[in-house]
Amino acid sequence: MNAIIFSAVWGVLMMYTGFFVKSRNTINLIAIAGIVLLIICNVHEFISGMSLFSIDTKGMLFHSNFGLVFLLIILISTLMYFLLSGNDINAAGKSSSDLYALIFFILSGIGVVAGFKSLLMLFLGIEIVSIPLYVLAGSDKSNLKSNEAALKYFLMGSFSTGLMLMGITLIYGDTGSFYLDAIKAGLSVLTPMKAAGLLLVLASMAFKVSAAPFHFWTPDVYDGAPTVFTSFMATIVKSVAFYAFLHLFDNAFGNLHEDWKNLVAVIALLTLLIGNITAVFQQSVKRMLAYSSIAQAGFMMLAILSLNVFAKQGLLLYFAGYSIATLGIFAVLVKMKDHSVDAFNGLSKTNPIIALSVLVSLLSLAGIPLTAGFFAKYYMLLAVIREGHLMWLVVTAVLCAAVSIYYYFRVIQAMYFKEPTNILTLEFSSTFKWMMIINAILIIILGIHPDIILSLI
Amino acid sequence: MPINYYIFLSVCLFSIGIVGVLTRRNAIIIFMCIELMLNAVNLLLVAFSRMHHAAAYALDNSTLVGSEAQIFVFFIMVVAAAEVTVGLAIIVMLYRNIHSVDINFLNRLKH
Repeated sequence: MNAIIFSAVWGVLMMYTGFFVKSRNTINLIAIAGIVLLIICNVHEFISGMSLFSIDTKGMLFHSNFGLVFLLIILISTLMYFLLSGNDINAAGKSSSDLYALIFFILSGIGVVAGFKSLLMLFLGIEIVSIPLYVLAGSDKSNLKSNEAALKYFLMGSFSTGLMLMGITLIYGDTGSFYLDAIKAGLSVLTPMKAAGLLLVLASMAFKVSAAPFHFWTPDVYDGAPTVFTSFMATIVKSVAFYAFLHLFDNAFGNLHEDWKNLVAVIALLTLLIGNITAVFQQSVKRMLAYSSIAQAGFMMLAILSLNVFAKQGLLLYFAGYSIATLGIFAVLVKMKDHSVDAFNGLSKTNPIIALSVLVSLLSLAGIPLTAGFFAKYYMLLAVIREGHLMWLVVTAVLCAAVSIYYYFRVIQAMYFKEPTNILTLEFSSTFKWMMIINAILIIILGIHPDIILSLI
Repeated sequence: MPINYYIFLSVCLFSIGIVGVLTRRNAIIIFMCIELMLNAVNLLLVAFSRMHHAAAYALDNSTLVGSEAQIFVFFIMVVAAAEVTVGLAIIVMLYRNIHSVDINFLNRLKH
């Protein structure tokens, strides 16, 4: 509850700083201060178990420990995002304070999603996250690609919201309540109306997390949106959509697990295959990362498929590992004018520290041991194995992880085994280098001690 | 009137909306079709709210069952209004750049 209120207030504050503060670095610092404040409030709520505000939400919002840990991971990722890409957010628009304000409003929506107990709050939370994102995707107003990305994202996003609302309505018609607990109690037998509602909600959630066959908007939107905001969309917002997916299907539709399990298995299989195989053929690193985010979504779908204790813990680890690694790569990509693989040629000779950090991030995405990505993938597979009789999916997932090594290592090969071709050598500030080192250290710490996150729940 | 009539009507409206989104090429019309989908949902929510209320009212005449769906409708209206402001702004921004709202223009990203 703390996070929702403070981020909304801080968002309003950020809007007004645009009037009074002219220096962009100061605005960046105010935003970082806001995130630090949010983290402190959130940790306080986690430790004391009490919110600073007592608001009667009629049981529609309740932040469990799981939700608070998820919120903490999101806030720390956002802090890393601000530290790594703060200067690029400043450069993205005429008034960076507005962009920061939108990001804080998104965080407020994330707070709602983290604790929803009623379908009304799910709908509101997802919309509060989505609407500012449409604006961020189109923030480069004169660039046609950014316009196109914003329009596509907007049309697809509101279309999937329409599907979700119809699903919610049909479920309400059958069970007579919007509360997750009441729905769970009322859903023991599948009637046609429930089945239709469940399918519509499943389709719309698959849209939001960009799982196949509803992934087609993702590459275009991620490619067209300004790179700074692509990195936000591909990491933090994707984690939020997955959290909502898991929370909804666990707490509301858990009793019908046997009925929708096979459908989710097919979606996970398609997502893994399409994401990984298409990523192999991409020439642009930005587009490759878009497909890689679809491929990683396939792995995260395994958690929704199995819904056991390993799945829930592993998914949080996955959020942390995936978000931090992807943010690191995007932060470097933003600085490059050219987004093709060749732009990375010889980076290890010109900027060894940056190249090493990108290397760690890429290894983590590929799931190499000693990085966060390894344990994240391990827990996903473990969760499915515990469920039993889906071994074909586990085998495919492992093979897909092997395929993913090819396209991640192409960037590594360009960095380490090719001669620098860039005539303009990239200049990185020493602060940025330190941030990249911290980023890489975080990935390795999570890879050696995943208990840091797992023991919290 | 039985609830089936309402379900049939809103499913019809909803399907018209979906077909419109999938087949039309004009961004404004696609947008109107999305609004149609949302309004079909609103209609069905109110109908279900009345249905659940009538069922609960027979047992207890001070019941509030069903009111939450009416509140949901208000939230849908508010969110739809917020979406309209952002969506129309995006369409106007696009129109300024390409002087058209035809989404066939928007296939530059595919390569």
